[in-house]
Order: sequence, then C-alpha cells, then structure tokens
Amino acid sequence: MQKARHIQIVLKDAVKDVAGQHVQNDAQKFLHIETGIVKTGKIYSIVHPLEEEQLQAFARNSLCDCVINDVYIDQLYTSPDFPVYILVSKLPGVTDDEGVSAQKALCDFLNIPFDFGRHWIFTHEIYYLQNTLSDEQLKAIAEELLGNPLINRFEYGKFKGRIEYVPEVRIEAKPEIKTINFFISDAELEKLSKEMLLALDLHEMQAIQAYYQNQLVQAERVKQGMPKLPTDCEIEVIAQTWSEHCKHKEFNATITYANLDTGERKTIDSLFKTYIRRSTEIIRERYEKAGRNWLLKIFSDNAGVVRVDDDRVFVWKVETHNSPSALDPYGGALTGIVGVNRDPMGTGVGGASLLFNTDVLCFGSPYYDGKLLPGQLHPRRILTGVVKGIEDGGNKSGIPTVNGSVVFDDRFAGKPLVFCGTGGVMPARIAGKNSWDKRIDPGDRIIMAGGRVGKDGIHGATFSSLEIDEHSPRSAVQIGSPITQKNLSDFMSQAVQAGLIKSSTDNGAGGLSSSVGELAQITNGALVYLEKIPLKYAGLQPWEIFVSESQERMTLVVEPDKVDALFAMAEDFEVELSDIGEFTDSGFLDVRYGEQKVAYLDLIFLHEGAPTKLMEAEWKKPRLSEPVIKESLDYNRIVLKLLSSLNICSRESIIRRYDHEVKGKTIIKPLMGEQGFAPQDAAVLRLDFDSYLGIAISNGILPRYGDIDPYQMSAGSFDEAVRGIIAVGGRLPDPEKDPDIFWSVNDNFCVPDSMYHPQTNPDGKIKLAKLVQMNEALFDMATFFNIPMTSGKDSMKNDFIKEGVKISVPPTVLYSMVAKIPDIRKTVSTEFKREGDLIYLIGKTYDELGASEFYKLFGELGANVPNVRREQALRIYRKVTAASERELLKSCHDISDGGLAVAIAEAAFGGNLGTEIDLPQTDIPLNALLFAESHSRFVASVSPEDREVFESIMGEDALLLGTVIESPEMIVRYQGKEIIRLLVEQMLTAWRNGLVF
Amino acid sequence: MKQVRALVVTGFGINCEEEMAAAYRLAGANADIVHLNQVFKERVSIHDYDILNFPGGFSFGDDLGSARVLSNKFKFKKMASGKHFIDDLAEFLQNKKFIIGVCNGFQALVKMGLLPNIGGNFDQEVTLTHNDSGKFEDRWVTCGVNTDSSSPFLSGLQKIDLPVRHGEGKLVIRDDGVRRAIIEKNLNCLTYLDPEGNGTGEYPYNPNGSELNCAGLIDPGGRVLGLMPHPEAHLSFYNHPAWTRKKQRGINSEEGEGLRIFKNIVNHIRHQG
Repeated sequence: MQKARHIQIVLKDAVKDVAGQHVQNDAQKFLHIETGIVKTGKIYSIVHPLEEEQLQAFARNSLCDCVINDVYIDQLYTSPDFPVYILVSKLPGVTDDEGVSAQKALCDFLNIPFDFGRHWIFTHEIYYLQNTLSDEQLKAIAEELLGNPLINRFEYGKFKGRIEYVPEVRIEAKPEIKTINFFISDAELEKLSKEMLLALDLHEMQAIQAYYQNQLVQAERVKQGMPKLPTDCEIEVIAQTWSEHCKHKEFNATITYANLDTGERKTIDSLFKTYIRRSTEIIRERYEKAGRNWLLKIFSDNAGVVRVDDDRVFVWKVETHNSPSALDPYGGALTGIVGVNRDPMGTGVGGASLLFNTDVLCFGSPYYDGKLLPGQLHPRRILTGVVKGIEDGGNKSGIPTVNGSVVFDDRFAGKPLVFCGTGGVMPARIAGKNSWDKRIDPGDRIIMAGGRVGKDGIHGATFSSLEIDEHSPRSAVQIGSPITQKNLSDFMSQAVQAGLIKSSTDNGAGGLSSSVGELAQITNGALVYLEKIPLKYAGLQPWEIFVSESQERMTLVVEPDKVDALFAMAEDFEVELSDIGEFTDSGFLDVRYGEQKVAYLDLIFLHEGAPTKLMEAEWKKPRLSEPVIKESLDYNRIVLKLLSSLNICSRESIIRRYDHEVKGKTIIKPLMGEQGFAPQDAAVLRLDFDSYLGIAISNGILPRYGDIDPYQMSAGSFDEAVRGIIAVGGRLPDPEKDPDIFWSVNDNFCVPDSMYHPQTNPDGKIKLAKLVQMNEALFDMATFFNIPMTSGKDSMKNDFIKEGVKISVPPTVLYSMVAKIPDIRKTVSTEFKREGDLIYLIGKTYDELGASEFYKLFGELGANVPNVRREQALRIYRKVTAASERELLKSCHDISDGGLAVAIAEAAFGGNLGTEIDLPQTDIPLNALLFAESHSRFVASVSPEDREVFESIMGEDALLLGTVIESPEMIVRYQGKEIIRLLVEQMLTAWRNGLVF
Repeated sequence: MKQVRALVVTGFGINCEEEMAAAYRLAGANADIVHLNQVFKERVSIHDYDILNFPGGFSFGDDLGSARVLSNKFKFKKMASGKHFIDDLAEFLQNKKFIIGVCNGFQALVKMGLLPNIGGNFDQEVTLTHNDSGKFEDRWVTCGVNTDSSSPFLSGLQKIDLPVRHGEGKLVIRDDGVRRAIIEKNLNCLTYLDPEGNGTGEYPYNPNGSELNCAGLIDPGGRVLGLMPHPEAHLSFYNHPAWTRKKQRGINSEEGEGLRIFKNIVNHIRHQG
C-alpha cells in the first residue's frame, strides 16, 4: 500500500490568524472555555507515488502562498507555545472537495491527466491551542465548534508532530444480489419494513407481497430469469418510489374530516388534487378562456414553468431539506441548495440558466439555554451551519440569494425547517421544440452526468419520511459540492444550446432509481446496466448503486447519434459522463449488473401500485381568550423591545454572507438605502442588460398564527407574500384585463406527524384537521386572486423524538411567489426618501393582536388573529398599484410582524430621516393601532405635491399619519400626547443587535 | 474606427462572465465568453483579442486559498503546443494589450505574479487573503481613484461606488521593498473611502482590512488592472442600493458608475486604433 505523505500549510507568525481568532472567541462565548491563542493549519495527505523533489516542489509552488504561509512536510509544526492540538479529519467517504481540488492542482503541476476514479489527496484541519485544556474540553471544542461526529474524526491532546490517519474508503464486500423473503406473516412484514428502513406501512408491504404472489407476475418473472421472490434492489426501488418524499402519500390520502364544533363531516379525496391542483386548474381555465395561457407546466416535471414572453419561460422550484439539516446543518443546507438548483436545471429539455436562490429558515432560539436531548444540536449551531451551507451553496455556484426569511420558535428546536428555492429562465424554443416538454423515445440513451456514485445518502428518501431517532443511519448525511455542480451546469447549458440533449432530469432523493424510474414512464420502459456506472470507490452492492443519492448528478436523455458529440463536449468541461443504458417500451424497469438481472419491475405497479392511505381529521376550535393589557405603556420601551426581538430584528448578519447581486441583475436587494440598512418586502431582478423587464420574488410564512386559526394562518401567509410584491410595485393578475402578467407560487407544507395513533400520536387528528384548513385557505386565496401554484412540496414528519420527548414543529406553510414586473425602473423600496413627504397608512387596522409579536412580549397568545378580507385586500392592492405605476409612492413598506410602529421605524432606517406621526382617533384600542398585525396594509410616503392625486386614488383606504422630518427621530403622538420619541440611531442599535451569532 | 474585441474567460467556477461580457457590449465592444479549456487546447487564441478578462467567481471553490488552483494551472499546466499560459500572457502584454481581473480574477492575477509585478518576472509579490472579519460579505463600498495612477481604465474617474462580494480580499504585501514600490509607482490605484472621502482602514468602509486600504492594483505599465469590487455589477443606475433615493434627486444617466471603467478601456483601445 502507498504510504501517505503529509504536507502542512500554516500561516507565518506575522499574519493575523482570523480563523483561529474565531475559534478562540466562539469557545469562550458558547462553551465558556478559554483556549488562549489558537493557531490553525491545513494538512494535505497524499497517497500517490511522487518523487521527493516533485512533492517538495508541489508543496512550495502550488499549496503554499509564499507571502503568508510556511510549509512542513511529514514532520508537522509543533511549538512549546501551543501545548495541545485538535485534528479534524473527514470520515471515509465524506465529500472532500478541497482534497479533489488539490489533486487537480497536482495533476496540472505535473501535467498528467486528472483521474476521476481515485481519490488520493485528503485534507485535515489542525488547531493548536495556547492553554493546556483537558481532553474533555478539547472534545467539546472539536465536536461542538469544529466538526460533527457524524462526518468527522477527531484527534486531540498533546501533539507529537505526526499524523497517521487517512480516510481512505475500504470495503471488502463482493457485489451480490440477494432475494428477500416476502412471503411471510403480517407481523414479519412490519418487522422487515423496520429492519430494512423501508418506511412502508403494513398495507404497502401487503401490496408488494400481493404483486409478487400474483401468478401472472410469477410466470413473467420465471420467463425473464428472475426469482419469484423480490430482489433486494427491487424492494429498495419500490420503497423509494413509494416513499412519502416521492409519492406524497399523505397529500394524496383519503381523509375523513369532522368539524366537532359544527358537526360538519366530509371526505376529501386527496388534499393535493382537491385544493392545490384544482385551484390552479380553475385559474388556468380562466386564462385559457382569455386566450392567454401562460401556465405552461404545472405539477409535473421537476419544476413548474410559466411564460415570460414569446422568447422565454420562467421555471422554479422551492424544496425543503429539514431532516438532513437537523443532523448536519452545513451539509444539509448546502445539499438542499445545490439539490434544488438541479430542479430547474432538469426541467423539460434542461439546462435552465439559474437566476436566483431564495431561502426561508425556521429555527429554535439561538439563545436557548436549556438542556438538549441526545443527538439534538443547539439551535445556534443549526443556525450557523445552515447559514454557512446556504452561503457556500449559493455563492460558489454564482447564483444570487436575493430573498428569504427567518422565523424563530422553540418548536423548531428539534427539526429546523430549511426551505431552499431556485428560479431560472429557459428559451421558449430549443431546437425548434418547446423547451419545457420532456421528449423521450425508445432507443434514446440514458447518460449519467456529473459526480460519481458512493454510499452517500442511501435511504435518504425513506429517511426523511421517518422521525429521527437513535438509529438514524449515518449514510443519510451528505455534503454537496457546488463546484462540481457548477461545472456540470456550465456544461449542460452549452450542451442544450448545441441541441445535444433531448431531455434531462436530476438525481436527487432516490438517485437513479427515481430519475430513471420516472423518465421510464414516458416511453414505458428502461434498461440500465449498473456495472457501467462509475463509482467513487469499489465495494458497492448493485442495489446501492441504483438508489445512492450521491450529489451533483443529472440524468440526460440523448439520441444515439449525438452521444459522441456530447461526450466530446463534456471532456472540454471536465465533466464525467457515462452511458448507462437506454429507454425502451417493454413496460418494465429492467436493471442489470453485468450478466445478472438485478430488478425487473412492472412500471404500472411501481408507479400506481401503492395503496391509498386513509387518514382521519377532527377539528375543534381551541378555547382562547384575549389578555388584558393596559393602554398606557412605556411605548418607547415596547418599540425597542420589539425591534430587538428575534422575529423582527435585522437579518443583516445573515444577508451579507450571501452574494445577492452576482449576475448584476438585482434591483431591489434585501437591504437598501444610503447605509444599506433598510429591509425590503420583496426582491426585484431584471432579466436582461438591455431591457427593463423583471420579476419580483417574495414569501409569506406565519406559523404562530396557526396556534389560533390554521385557516387564517395559511390565508395570511398567502396575503403576506402577495403584499410584498404589491409593495415593490407589482400588479395583480387579471385574466380579463391584464392577461400577460404572470404570478407563480410554490407552496411548501411542513407539518408534524398528522397520522393518528392512539399511543404515539394521540393528537394526530387535530393536526391533520389543521392541514386541511391550511389547504382550504390556499384554494380560496389562489382562486380569488388568480395566483396559481405551479410547484410545491410537502414534508410530513417534522418531529424530533428522543427519550420519550417529542418536539414537533407547528404546522407551517410557506408561499413563495414570483410575479412579472413590466418595468423595474418604477419599483419602490421601503425606506423614506425625503423630508416633507407625507406618511400614509394604507389599509384598515383591526383589533387583531392575536399571536402578535406584541402579545408575545407579554407571554400571551390571545384570540383575535388577523383575518384576511379578500375583497378589501383586492381593492387596496389595485389602488396601491395604480399609485405606484404613476410613480406617486416614494416609499412603500408592508406591515407585518410588530405592526404599524415597527413598519414606520423600519422605513426610517433608510437614510437619516425621521418621522412625525399624529395617530388618528379610530374605533380600536391604541395597542392594536400600534401593534396589530392586520393584513393587507402598508406604510407609504408621498410627495406633498402629489397629495391630491394620491388621495383621490386611494379614497378612504389611505389615512394621513404625518410627515417625514429631517431630524432623525421617530415621534408619535396620540390624542395630543406624545407617546413615542426615539432616535433612529437608538432604534437601529436595538434592531441591528437582535441577532448576533 | 477599430472594433474592440474582449475575451472573457470562464470555467472551473468562474461565475461573473455574463455581466462582464455585457459590460463590453454596453461599452460598444464585441465580447466572447470562452471556457479556459478552449484556450488551453489552443482552439481560441488570446492574441485575437484586445483585452483579456478574468471575471469573479469561486474558481475551484476557493479551495487551497482563493484562485490558488487557477493560478497554479496558469503557471504550470502546458497548453496544447507545450507552452505555458503565463508565457502567452507575457506575450499578450508585450503586444501592448490589456488585462483586467475582478475579485477572483484579481486574486488569480496576484497569485500568478501579474500584479503588481514590480520585478517584471511574475514573482508573487503580494497576496489577497481572508478578510479581517473572517467572513464573506456582500456590501457596497466607495472607492477613491488614485489620480496619480496612470491607467487608461481609470482615466477621468475620481470616486466610484461598487459592491464587494468576497471572503478573501485583504491585500498583504510581501515586504517593505514591494510596499515602497507600490506607493512610489502609484500602483495602488483604488482605495476604500470612509463617508468623509478619506482612505480608511475602518470596517465596514474598508471591508477586509487591506494594507494601504487597497481595493485595486495596476502593474507599472498600467495595462493590467485588478480590483476586488465588482464594476460589472454596477452597469446600471438601478444596481445601486440607494437608487430609489437618488432617483428623487433626478436621474442624469441610467448608466452605472462601474460601466465607466469598461467604456474607458474600450474607447482607449478604439482610439489607439
């Protein structure tokens, strides 16, 4: 065996060790451990034959930056100044991008070709600490700050200057194909499902059993040389295809719904069909009637597609990546981002040019100081890891992260919610055909492109459908490689342009089994040769090759006569391709390993054979009441407390880590204004450098409202997303009068286990009833506003269970919206612009403090949750658009968390201007006027010379509140009395320091 | 008048090539986006172009340090005919042509010794490394143009607002000799400014803690420009984070300040003929 050589790079003493300082600070802040000075270094372990001279030269010329680094070879840096060390290595098989890059550098250095097949440079991080810490302290720093035991191996203690460990993967197993005895009792079937991590219930196991026991099936299997019993690969393919993740069994379940308050009972045949798909179909019919159907593709393929104009279509998808982010926040979020990038990339022909990412996150409080359950990561760790994952996922792919939201609630401390979305554009026609159609003919080749296959993420699809428990497999953790995928996406867009790719799809959950299995439905068959699939390392079982979820892979459909040209182009982009089989019309998914048959599955059974789930929902309104809170509070204090509260405070510490303007098209950015402090309601991007056509992107998510009323929570979230786009200058869709303006929604439901079980889930019925009501609201809002869902996702088991304790997320829905903006030059930002401008409250405020941030300050929930009044909202939105298109609005900010007072404060963060407000006498209490979160409202400013025309447009829907003043302070009077006087600086300090990590 | 041709290289994680090419088109030049492997395979020659562009991005994911693997490729990997790319670049410059590198492109120019190149032999004299904040950050900065720097890229410019988007933008200079030469030869062409318009080391106006408050360098001949901020991200008035406020004061031009750098060089080459 090749002996490893170790090259170490450390900073010269004179250079500031920024990474080391961070470790020192974080250890002190979060673990209360004094490390003293921390020195960092990187070690490259090379397991490849090199001449001594080559090794030395490579170390000095390629790895070392002569201006700032020192190099050590084999005998590594030690110093009496640093008595202890921590070495962080990767476990075998964990993505090591830096090792691969070093290997590429060595190949360039030696002018030898890069070998995708063998990984022979491995990287480690080493930390030297000034203080002599105990092993226990070092372990804590290693496991809680520097790495994650699920993916890292640690060494710590006194350093002798040498390391031995190299995480080479060695698997001794020989490939074999096993049969699974499925002709067993029900109890044994249930046991089998658990043991094999299939996540299938008894009905599903029985359906599989029945298929294999069917005489016709058996006869066909014998004819094909297959065993009567299922093979391991077949069972894995079925389990993956039938997983909740892929099949959405609960959204397609038959639900009996009982409203115990009213006695109403009904049966719902699939939430998805009844509410989500139906609402979009109704909207599509309206547009078809108007002769302008811009809804090109809905609920099929990897992402929905809408028409921008004659030449272009817009394609986008929002996904969740919750369970992986709970285990390894960085890898989970990173994989989520690069994974969702592949959805638009793999829609229709494929190769969409990706325009933006949007990320919405739900966490427990980062300041949580209670006990953690075994395996539960601290919310701060989840937050920092997820943010870093999104940073690397977006920034390294060159996709701007333009929009997002962060929600804090301690019920997310078990499983965080990580929503990742990506939008892109495609030309409407490619090689004379509609770009969004997936065309495949029998005989077309199946080409796998991108990364190699390893054991990564095996059982990922089924895993996310299970609660996390002590037995969660380590293989569920994977780390994406944005750089591998960037090369792949560069290649794909070129290959699509050259007409070499006929269709494509991504390999995500379920890997090839899922991508090929789904595409095979188009021609009704596929034949795959597993031995042709390049592996990261030897020793994978055939079934593992087929279901592995190794990242950064696409499956391409290529006509046989274009295969050579495609391979030649891929070589130029340094992307590895493999021809792994062909599409057929046999009616079967036929998988082989050399001469052996691994799987032979009837496609109809595979895709339609899963039994429909039956579920029960029961609704009873919670008994809630309004608290009594006095009307003469210290409002200065309240406003500052609200501004610094977790759900309101500035997200700048997160936002600035994301590149939000690569591609040079971001017009309304997440933070605007002279100092770049002012938060915005929606992002606006232009589509070209030579036109002003654009899109706006927003989101709506209000989980805490669901504690009072899940219907209003869902309706309110929808409204929040709509009003964000209206605020920046969007125009509502209108099938009759304005048929060219598209709006498109991705709905994402994340709920706790809602399947009733008397022992393990006794409140399952009410949870499911909440989900039903959330869907009813979706239907009502979508069909009322003509805003269709084009894609979406559901994640059904967001519970963390350990030691008998269950932490369940509140039922949550996220609406992510995109709308066409005809002229980005007329868009509006939230911050006040000029002294003397008049400040208006647009929309009506109600006595609706239920579930507000204001009540939360007092530890109250209340009962009067904000209600959406659709007719009124529509009227207001049309008026706001009219004002905005006539460029009357100097600023416009939607009112949400914290109510009017917070919205006014935020509008003052733009540029050293203040406000003088005289609150009008209304029919609601002062607390509600200031802090209620009633929907469909805005704070806007208008130039005094436009007063008349503005007021004539708005009528009674706008109320003059006061003026923008030069002095940077917020003054609010009520009934002639000053109730708030705060310096903008003071408010900014509170608001900007609420979330520091 | 001469039609100016710009080559924008891409591949390996470079990701600002489209806006870079757009900048030249808006400035009236032709721009081709070409994968570096086409150059290494010598299917495309840099000598067919007037100006060579290394855009921003994350080549090789910033592994081994930003632009290390890329500059290693430029220095050591042989092209199809056996020559090294860096020698091709030297020839390109001898032919009185121009090179610009932004962000990751700047890091590559520095690490392969093209900037500042005081010694003239492509030795690495400075580096760009981790920001003092330890973080990647996207924020807008104001840069002052050193009017004593002689480079056609910057003529007529005094102050310019641009976004920075990097984690490794801190300039560290190898030794006092190099530092002195940079100052004496006015190679420090762009400086981070505070709100009063003075060069600053103060965060966040200086986002990374760069020596000499340096945001950009030129070579002694003024033909190679490297800068951390992104001029290609400010091609339009509507890119600026305060455009909605500036609009209230009236719009003189819908062009962004960053575009002027590209117009400068295109006009210069055009008139050179």
